[in-house]
Amino acid sequence: MILTLTEAERQIALGISVAVALGGLVLAAAGTQDTMEVHGWLILVFGAICAIVVIRDLWGPEPPRSRLESYYDEPIKAGIIASMAWAVVAMFVGVWVAALLAFPDLTFDGAWASFGRLRPVHTSGVIFGFGGNALIATSLHVVQRTSRARLPDQLSPWFVLVGYNLFCILAASGYLLGVTQSKEYAEAEWYADIWLVIVWVTYFVLYIRTLARRKEPHIYVANWYFMAFILVVAILHIINNLAVPVSLGHAKSYTIWSGVQDAMVQWWYGHNAVAFFLTAGFLGMLYYYLPIRAQRPIFSYRLSILSFWGITFFYMWAGSHHLHYTALPHWVQTLGMTFSVMLLVPSWASAGNALLTLNGAWHRVRDDATLRFMMVAAVFYGISTFEGSFLAIRPVNSLSHYTDWTVGHVHAGALGWVALITFGSFYTLVPSLWKRDTMYSPALVEWHFWLSLAGTLIYIFAMWNSGIIQGLMWRTYTEEGTLAYSFIDSLRAMYPYYIARTLGGLFFLIGAVIGAYNMWRTIRSAPSSAPVEGDVPLSAATAVARG
Amino acid sequence: MDISHDALVAFSKSWGLFYLIGLMIGVLIYTFRPSNRKKFDRAKQSVLDQDDKPWT
Repeated sequence: MILTLTEAERQIALGISVAVALGGLVLAAAGTQDTMEVHGWLILVFGAICAIVVIRDLWGPEPPRSRLESYYDEPIKAGIIASMAWAVVAMFVGVWVAALLAFPDLTFDGAWASFGRLRPVHTSGVIFGFGGNALIATSLHVVQRTSRARLPDQLSPWFVLVGYNLFCILAASGYLLGVTQSKEYAEAEWYADIWLVIVWVTYFVLYIRTLARRKEPHIYVANWYFMAFILVVAILHIINNLAVPVSLGHAKSYTIWSGVQDAMVQWWYGHNAVAFFLTAGFLGMLYYYLPIRAQRPIFSYRLSILSFWGITFFYMWAGSHHLHYTALPHWVQTLGMTFSVMLLVPSWASAGNALLTLNGAWHRVRDDATLRFMMVAAVFYGISTFEGSFLAIRPVNSLSHYTDWTVGHVHAGALGWVALITFGSFYTLVPSLWKRDTMYSPALVEWHFWLSLAGTLIYIFAMWNSGIIQGLMWRTYTEEGTLAYSFIDSLRAMYPYYIARTLGGLFFLIGAVIGAYNMWRTIRSAPSSAPVEGDVPLSAATAVARG
Repeated sequence: MDISHDALVAFSKSWGLFYLIGLMIGVLIYTFRPSNRKKFDRAKQSVLDQDDKPWT
């Protein structure tokens, strides 16, 4: 991989690696009395490994000029592998925390394995580790193909990918150590946050530079979604993480926002993380890989533009629905609720656009599990956005808030929509990037599909039941006007559902492990004898429309 | 300068509405402008054209 960099780029890469390692040393020295010291050493080791990898090929031959006549896919391949590795680890932790709720002894008396520390490892691991790597990889693939232009240089995509994974490692390891700023989906502390800003701005600049080199006059709509994702995540991340550290030698920091403003900023961030990280970016995937795999153009290009502007501008205002019945001014709650309900229009426009694209190709959906992943993802996108609008209505929220219903809703979106569209995109990408005819085993893709679907359904049905029972038990009064059930009563009622959800999660995890194994075997298999022409998916089901 | 809560609410409720409607009109014009039709049709077809090489 280093050999694809020019000699000048290798020298800069070495410089950056050494600088990162030295930065780690400074953190370790400054934070000797703090958990920050561990992170300092970790960054030092990470930087040193990067430096060694670069040095090994530092004086290797210069990449040929002919490289400019092809797309730069090396970092995309690495991103897919990183994404699947994070998926397996973080989904395993997810099954573990689910089991902890039913069997609390599974912490094995380790502070690091308590629910409060493992849970953010799961959430950040799947959202940022699995989802983020998938978004970086697919966005760099889509922007090159739709712009008909190669990435502008070889170094910055690697900086983005490797630097981003350093952030993910710092975040996950920090949670186990007890380092957290206690903001949901933004738990990582100030030094990791600053690092992510550097990485993310580089990502944004890289994307813009590639678009600026485009040979297609019009920017394809998938890129709009990826751009919105990159730009808005940068804004959200910076504003929500404005904080003052206790000292430069301490991991702990305090946010500059106070009281209800802090809550509003956090949920403006939190909901837009769902909107722009977990929705806009993955819609970018959908608008490119679904037409490619189905071999049909998107049903309505105009509709995709209308829903783009609808989604980007409505979502910005929806965050306050997380704070119904709080100190937040009533009109701000109502504003969030109204925009959440309005969001149903562009959301269903996107889901409908995807499903109508498949109209006429249903036989392919039947035969091709990869396309089926994408189809079911679009259906779950429709279901979870409807559910989201519904849950945001204040009286509904009074029943659902703080219950497992919310958890079920999140997983309908995260498992059913985000993960399935990612797997569908990966099964399209892996054979074409590694120049193989097909996946190693189409049968294993089927297994993955059905395990994922079964796991998701078990999970969300368990959480619907559990959430509504919880909500009802918490609001049932006796004739004397006292609460009919204690909290412990409601907890006991959850027991069977917690076991069911663990089982559903386990199914999903097994599916992901099978998927990772299948991709690994595909990568390790012999390249196809005939050179693959173009990016056409080559499964029997889609080969029909080639040429 | 001291901005009162009421002033901010009034500003949000009026200008917030106007700019969103303005944006909507702009988006509708862009989307349905007849001169853009050819561009959009080309964009939607061209992703299926897989020559897998950057154009030089």
